[in-house]
Amino acid sequence: MILFLIRRVLLGALVLWIITVAVFVLFFVAPHNVARLLAGKQASPQTVALVAHRLGLNRPVLDQYGSFIWGLLHGNLGYSFYSNEPVTSLLASRIPVSASLALGAAVIWLIIGVATGVLSAIRPRSFADRTATVISLCFYSMPPFLLGILVLYLLFFRLHLAGVDLFPGSGYVSLTSDPVGWAQHLILPWFSLALTAAAAYARLTRAAMLDVLGEDYIRTATAKGLSRRRVILRHALRAALTPATTQFGIDLGILLGGTVVVEQIFGLPGLGYLAVQSIVTQDLPVIIAIVTLASAFVVAANLVVDILYAVLDPRVRPQ
Amino acid sequence: MTTTMPIGGAATEVVVAQVIEARSPWQLAWRRIRRDRVALISACYIGLVVLLAIFAPVIAHIVGHGPDTQYLQTGLTPQGLPRPPSGTFIFGTDDLGRDVFVRTIYGARISLLVGAASSLSAVTVGVAIGLLAGYFGGIVDIVLARLVDVVLSLPFLLAAIALEVVVGPSLLVSIFVIAFFSWAAVARIVRGQTLSLRETEFVEAARSLGASDLRIMVIDVLPNLAAPVIVYTTLLIPSAIVFEATLSFLGLGVVPPTPSWGNMLSESLGFYQVAWWFIVFPGVALLTTTVAFNLLGDAVRDALDPRGDRLLAAIRKRR
Amino acid sequence: MTAANGADGAGAANGADGTRSLLTLTDVVKHFPVRQSVVQRGSAAVRAVDGVSLSVTEGETLGIVGETGCGKSTLARCASRLYPLTSGRIDFDGQDITGLSRRQLRAVRRNVQMVFQDPFSSLNPRRRVGSIIADPLVIHGTVPRAELRARVQELMELVGLNPEHYNRFPADFSGGQRQRIGIARALGLQPKLLICDEPVSALDVSIQAQIINLLADLQDELGLTYVFIAHDLSVVEHVSDRVAVMYLGKVVEIAAAERLYAAPRHPYTAALLSAAWIPDPDQATAREQIVLSGEVPSPVDPPSGCRFHTRCPWAQPRCAAEEPPLLPAPDAGSHLTACHFPLAAGQTVPPTRSTL
Repeated sequence: MILFLIRRVLLGALVLWIITVAVFVLFFVAPHNVARLLAGKQASPQTVALVAHRLGLNRPVLDQYGSFIWGLLHGNLGYSFYSNEPVTSLLASRIPVSASLALGAAVIWLIIGVATGVLSAIRPRSFADRTATVISLCFYSMPPFLLGILVLYLLFFRLHLAGVDLFPGSGYVSLTSDPVGWAQHLILPWFSLALTAAAAYARLTRAAMLDVLGEDYIRTATAKGLSRRRVILRHALRAALTPATTQFGIDLGILLGGTVVVEQIFGLPGLGYLAVQSIVTQDLPVIIAIVTLASAFVVAANLVVDILYAVLDPRVRPQ
Repeated sequence: MTTTMPIGGAATEVVVAQVIEARSPWQLAWRRIRRDRVALISACYIGLVVLLAIFAPVIAHIVGHGPDTQYLQTGLTPQGLPRPPSGTFIFGTDDLGRDVFVRTIYGARISLLVGAASSLSAVTVGVAIGLLAGYFGGIVDIVLARLVDVVLSLPFLLAAIALEVVVGPSLLVSIFVIAFFSWAAVARIVRGQTLSLRETEFVEAARSLGASDLRIMVIDVLPNLAAPVIVYTTLLIPSAIVFEATLSFLGLGVVPPTPSWGNMLSESLGFYQVAWWFIVFPGVALLTTTVAFNLLGDAVRDALDPRGDRLLAAIRKRR
Repeated sequence: MTAANGADGAGAANGADGTRSLLTLTDVVKHFPVRQSVVQRGSAAVRAVDGVSLSVTEGETLGIVGETGCGKSTLARCASRLYPLTSGRIDFDGQDITGLSRRQLRAVRRNVQMVFQDPFSSLNPRRRVGSIIADPLVIHGTVPRAELRARVQELMELVGLNPEHYNRFPADFSGGQRQRIGIARALGLQPKLLICDEPVSALDVSIQAQIINLLADLQDELGLTYVFIAHDLSVVEHVSDRVAVMYLGKVVEIAAAERLYAAPRHPYTAALLSAAWIPDPDQATAREQIVLSGEVPSPVDPPSGCRFHTRCPWAQPRCAAEEPPLLPAPDAGSHLTACHFPLAAGQTVPPTRSTL
């Protein structure tokens, strides 16, 4: 088991390294003029040359990559071209926001998704199941940005017009200063982000649960006299959760994407918002840092998911 | 028609009623789909959208409004605000006086084009790589599988952002980006299937006949992959459409003035307080098209695999 | 290991009576490595085939029997070069085919074909039957496209299928018919040798008889040589000229069919025969059954000396120490047995524990 862990960690590190290489290649080596991009469209050739020199673009490629990695490992991610702040502090202030959003949404969607899926599977084809399926399908097809807009419009604007100011339309309040405000500001974004995935997970869990409930060993358990509830909770649930777990690993990347969009819609000053801003201002160091950070997060999370999967399903563990 | 059957030890001419023709698995699947009402409705709706997209210029001509033309006199209220739906502007106008109806239809072109093109390219690449990795195993498999892992670990929206910053947003880039992030999941499934198909006796038999690897892959393995691949493609299209809309929403896909449902929705954010139609029509268009594709995809999956056999279970588990 | 091979010896191109040996296996060994964990530097292997020497004369049918796991299927695949050998040598039709590359093997494959065990998985469910049967013809280009269909239908008739059904899918056929399709596919190139790996094991008993009779007819009609692998003794007896008995990767006895069944000399063969199904209930109850103790040992770690000694009712200390070579019987040079204490004719009752 330890060996499996070590191998997985090494693999994750390898993947991460490849990503840094890819990012580097993309930004510094790819056939375009980075300096020109950074200097801006109106810059004179002298300015471009100056920028190129400052960035050290004239140095050999490996050298540049070396300092890139060096900086990465030491937490020095450079300075923002736009605001001249160290990138690290820029990111640090945004991380709690995005983390609150992403993690909160993840928790919500897992709970709602799995619960709906399980409940649907327990009473297949009942009215509740059919409604849940139809609703799931609607939400499943709705991308977070569309849902976000609709939520914003209906639950914020319309209610606002009606005089009900339940949910704020934008802004973020930190957890430490005001927990209630924090939650209040995040509820709409959470649901915008979570419901699409919840629907997907509901479908997935329902299908997996139905599969499992049809297996012979479940029938044996029921025949043995175990109460249906016990059968489901103890035996079926574990097996039905595995597809959701694997899917979660894949979905982490998508979760991040949704975060970007939702932050944009609800004006949350998180990493996603920063990313979009940086694109507009062409603030390259920030973009690179965010991409690398996000990739690292996905790799780490995938590792956790793989371990979780091995815990849930002993067959996956190597002999 | 008559056949010769041995009856009572002697061959006797027996008149047999019209022999029931054997049906191929594809014909059976086709019949199942034909009977599925939901599938038919979805297919019809998609057909309608396709027709609208193809004949967009004709429709624009009939309505009398171009997609990019700003009707500042007729399209805006005296205060300069967008007009609600009326006889002249079926879906109302946007903030620049453009006809939302015509723009929505032109937006369908983008969505369908990107959806189809990126899905098909992703599937082609994914099948090729998955097939090679699964069939040859060994070092080929190790390298390709790592590649798949890396691509799957990339947080796609952020990497898409990064890519577009470097290259600049456009339709072609959108197609490439979406295809780039979609092929890996296909490859993973195909690889898994190929690994198990490789061990079947009919592949062994083909080897014992002296068939070359290429022949075995194309003639023996590939037809057995057709069903899951088709299902995955039909499910890939709606997610590609959503992906494109998200990219356009963030300004990374199709840029204005060319209409795309995504960038229309992005523009609508600034005006939703005064122009609900600006959100609703593109939003509904996007939602219904996606739902239709998802329903069709589900129906195709059910048609090709009514008993839930091993091959398509992989799609559901996506591992 | 010193196998003093008799008439079926290594490298001999001719059999005992001067007829041509079509296939000769010499000390064929096939091990499958078992991967231990990365830490343990083990190189354990499943010793599926551990030194088998056989030859098959042209026109005969050699039967190979043994329990599941004795290595007979692996041997079949080694003989047809589906697996590369760990060591040993295979001669086919006078040519050493052991080390041939895949391209070189193509020419050989035209003469050696296999019929597989499972009629449900040996045919690609997504291909039409005609295409499956035409496969070898297309691969080797022996028949021009225009004549393909005619040849396929000819083959279908030959094995007893309705030639009109060439456009159907395997799912539309019964198990017995599918096995016929497999046979038709194997015959396409007019091979000299047909290796049948348990061709009837997956079929109902009534169908088994049909397929066996078909194979016998085809042998007469086309002058084929068969290697017939099975675990059912009665089936093998019916079709074979000679029979080899395998245990745990080695041949323990080989003789002409009638001799083997009438007077087996190896304890394992005797045990197998005594457990075989006899249709006459009176005879069945009257006979003494030799019941073997214990289970088949693992092929990863076979017993020392004679591999059968752990279960043999006649085992002596010498059996655990020294591996017995295949030696001919004193009265019949072609009847080989690998046993230190081969049974005398009629000796079927094992000694009781106290006499050991």
